[in-house]
Amino acid sequence: MGLSPRPDPDIIDTTGNEPWITTKLDAFVNWGRKNSLWPMPFGTACCAIEFMATAASKYDLARFGMERQAFTPRQADLLICAGRVPFKLAPVLRRIWQQMPQPKWCISMGACASTGGMFDNYAVVQGIDSIIPVDVYVPGCPPRPEGLMYGILMLQKKVANERMSDRSLRHEMEPDSKSQLYIAPSVIDEVSEPFGNSIHQTRSGL
Amino acid sequence: MNNGFTPVVAGSALGTSAAAPTTPKNIANRGGAANPSVDALRQAFTGVVHRADVVWGETTVIVDRTRVHDVIEWLHDDASQKYDYLSDVTAVEFRDLEQAVEVVWHLRSLPYRRFLRVKVLLAKGAPMEVPSVWDIYKGADWLERECYDMFGITFVGHPDLRRLLMWEQYKEGFPLRKDFPLRGRFSRSEQLRQALAANPEARYSKEELSIADAFEDLPADMRRRLGTGERTGE
Repeated sequence: MGLSPRPDPDIIDTTGNEPWITTKLDAFVNWGRKNSLWPMPFGTACCAIEFMATAASKYDLARFGMERQAFTPRQADLLICAGRVPFKLAPVLRRIWQQMPQPKWCISMGACASTGGMFDNYAVVQGIDSIIPVDVYVPGCPPRPEGLMYGILMLQKKVANERMSDRSLRHEMEPDSKSQLYIAPSVIDEVSEPFGNSIHQTRSGL
Repeated sequence: MNNGFTPVVAGSALGTSAAAPTTPKNIANRGGAANPSVDALRQAFTGVVHRADVVWGETTVIVDRTRVHDVIEWLHDDASQKYDYLSDVTAVEFRDLEQAVEVVWHLRSLPYRRFLRVKVLLAKGAPMEVPSVWDIYKGADWLERECYDMFGITFVGHPDLRRLLMWEQYKEGFPLRKDFPLRGRFSRSEQLRQALAANPEARYSKEELSIADAFEDLPADMRRRLGTGERTGE
């Protein structure tokens, strides 16, 4: 027996006739990016529990190339916002997003992060897309791990279809200098309060 | 090892002959035996206790607003009471605006195994002010700040009465008041704009530090940053 010779001539052809393939650079780079997303969990509520379940052994996010969770925004390229974001946390979330290097994506996990959910009140941001740009919204209250994984697969599909030559994809979105918002204030008001402001809609009966 | 901390044994003031505490059963909704502290209060303070109710076995005393500090101090200090634990300070506003706003202190006496709820009524039009009990219970600090933040009740004598849950520059009012709209007073975009104007890296505003008179004790870089006018918000 003894040790087999290296390189094994049965496996690697050393005669100069190695097989080779061609591919588009886009496809190659995106293949690498989509299969090695480094997620940073921004967990504020019960969605974070489901996120932990997704990352744990039974559902195992590592199968999708997310073996490494980043707990610093500077070494992450996917922000998963799991849970409601109160107004007091809004500048923190935006600062974290701005600290992430390009390329970067964002998943808004759950009803509260996406729309404010049941917390249509004075303290909670009505959808984090008014603070940071969002790529995939995962519905649910909270979403099951399968739901989050479906959202991640959708995001991978999106990453796979990006073009490196499209530089606008990698432009850091600057908020409007006056309002400091990504979305026009009038749009935010209309979307978050389709029936007008709630001055006359208090639930206290006054 | 004595580091100035005296352990409190629950029921220690009741003596060894006292029966072991049991979970009470068949408690009446109204009525029942009042906390013995009520009678003691009535004797020690004439005309201060307006009313005493027993609801679900818990005793509530409604006392005079001007004397509530003396009452709580006596309950804390007197050897026959020893209310050594303040578990909550909060307030109640009713839908009926004619009804008085209540400020509530939840007191517990560990040595005597007693619970007493002290209330003060702030009638309509009266100033929303009660004396602070911070000098009696240091734990009242954040409880009173939260109550101020949510209800706008001023605790006179509190060393540092600032908002606790909402950010310091919050301009919309006091969220748990009945006249506060559920979604706040400003439009969503204005709320978002004000929230995003906050500087998450400025941990202290200079105003906050001037309260503590600690500015001179800060490290040089923080003094320089704050000296340039850095603030936590607008």
